[in-house]
Amino acid sequence: MTDERLKQVSSLRRAMIRPELGAICGTILVFVFFLMIAGDSGMFAPEGIQNWTVVSAQFAIIAVGACLLMIAGEFDLSVGSMIGFAGIVIAILSVQWGWPVWLSIITAFVICVGLGALNGFLVIKTGLPSFIVTLAFLYILRGLTIWLSILTTRQTIIGGVKEVAVGDPLAFLFGGKILTGLFQWLGDIGVLQTFTRGTRMGQPVVDGIPMMVIWAIVLVIFGHWLLTKTRFGNWIFASGGDARAALYVGVPVNRVKILMFMFTAFCATVFATCQVIEFGSAAADRGLLKEFEAIICVVIGGALLTGGYGSVIGAALGALIFGVVQQGLFFAGAESSLFRVFLGTILILAVIMNTYIRRLITGER
Amino acid sequence: MTTPLIEMQNIEKHFGPVIALGGVSFDVRPGECHCLLGDNGAGKSTFIKTMSGVHKPSSGVIRVNGTDTVFDNPRDAMAAGIATVYQDLAMIPLMSVTRNFWMGREPQKGFGPFKSIDFDKANKVTLEEMARMGINLREPDQAVGTLSGGERQTVAIARAVHFGAKVLILDEPTSALGVRQTSNVLATIDRVRKTGIGVVFITHNVRHAMAVGDRFTVLNRGQTHGTAERGQISPEELQDLMAGGQELAELEGSLGGTI
Repeated sequence: MTDERLKQVSSLRRAMIRPELGAICGTILVFVFFLMIAGDSGMFAPEGIQNWTVVSAQFAIIAVGACLLMIAGEFDLSVGSMIGFAGIVIAILSVQWGWPVWLSIITAFVICVGLGALNGFLVIKTGLPSFIVTLAFLYILRGLTIWLSILTTRQTIIGGVKEVAVGDPLAFLFGGKILTGLFQWLGDIGVLQTFTRGTRMGQPVVDGIPMMVIWAIVLVIFGHWLLTKTRFGNWIFASGGDARAALYVGVPVNRVKILMFMFTAFCATVFATCQVIEFGSAAADRGLLKEFEAIICVVIGGALLTGGYGSVIGAALGALIFGVVQQGLFFAGAESSLFRVFLGTILILAVIMNTYIRRLITGER
Repeated sequence: MTTPLIEMQNIEKHFGPVIALGGVSFDVRPGECHCLLGDNGAGKSTFIKTMSGVHKPSSGVIRVNGTDTVFDNPRDAMAAGIATVYQDLAMIPLMSVTRNFWMGREPQKGFGPFKSIDFDKANKVTLEEMARMGINLREPDQAVGTLSGGERQTVAIARAVHFGAKVLILDEPTSALGVRQTSNVLATIDRVRKTGIGVVFITHNVRHAMAVGDRFTVLNRGQTHGTAERGQISPEELQDLMAGGQELAELEGSLGGTI
């Protein structure tokens, strides 16, 4: 019994109609736009590319966590505060208490992932919306961060991490660059520009791929694989789509949700660690508004705010759009406050388009 | 006579001072469709939730294949082969048919931490099982939201059958459906019954019940008035039992027997 009222769908249309379509179009649009207005500003020279790649990678790292959590049907508004908190923990432990940097980093991960579990546990046990529970943690963690920082150093910025991190085996994973040999070679043969004077004379202008970018790529691939290919990914969709229906067929919904809160906290800590090692300092106000930026990336990427639908690749493209727009307006010499206008406009357009695509796919009316 | 697959004897369920079920007896034999009829509030939901392990009976005995059994939770009941298809909680519309079909029991391939869902197998089995129920899907990765209400019920039924249900409880599967979809679901019930599965068909529509039922039990205010075999009872009598008699009889007179 084939239904005669179903039209045959062409394979092109099937390939096109996917959750990431809105984000793909947005990415193309943004690149075309900046090629036109800032094509000759150095934005697409090696240094420029590195600039917006790193910024996009920062967004992507936290967007992957936020994306999986949102698909599982929950929010985490404490991501930004978690970033500040993790950074300060690492700085206090390593600089003030003199712990080895690797131990400080591991401790920060344990504490933050534990806090993520606490977030999830409270949401599950109280049945309150995660919006409220994590909003509370947004304030609690930010307050603790500032208090801890002032208590130990009388300042809200703790520097000196770079000095203690020299030669540390774990710090390199977060602050180093890889493929430096390749880039030096590219510089030597003249593919990449090199510095012509100063202390770095002869070195290429871009001397490697920052670990931040590697983390972003690894997390995106992992998140995409987990979500679309594994049993656990199916449970993430199910938990966000309809928790009761999922429970009735034996999906451990609570465990899935708590694990996703922990993963979001993990991503926030990765972000914080990269930043601390990169800058050599931690500041109590780091990560401000990052929770919303992560959610914006995810929503631009086609995820449904109420859960059960979305794509990690989409979220990564959302992060790319975010990074390119933020840095592109700078390269184009535009007033920096226009960034928010631009971002808001893209957000609205992307969400309208995503809503339309989603209706096509899921048959919502 | 064959042993019933499941036998509920004198089941009582009290919620505080409320007596939701006051001694209900019910059984299902292999290959039959036993209709449980009742008006809203008659205790149908409480009864099937007791049968599927959501509620524990306050008193009474549940026997599975002749042995006394206690269900502590829905998983126990599922393990005993009792599958329930709830009217509105059957499927997640945003997810694909395959993902819904295998939800919670996904087939895996690979080893160690790199296990992934075996989508080739999952899609193939889903298509086969759906075809057996008389629905040819265009593609197994289409979202359940694109299916009609009747097709969704059928996916849920096919899923229960595939995972080895011996007793299939259908909670008002036809109440929200149109005419054609209803007949599809009724045809599915007939198919399932022929494979030797016992079907419990909950409805308040006498015509739907008469169409496929082998036996009929009417619940009224937490009580049953026995079970009737097919051919022993007329639709009018069933309707009458469901409504508790009097008022409907009067109404029927003035409406000319159309209810």
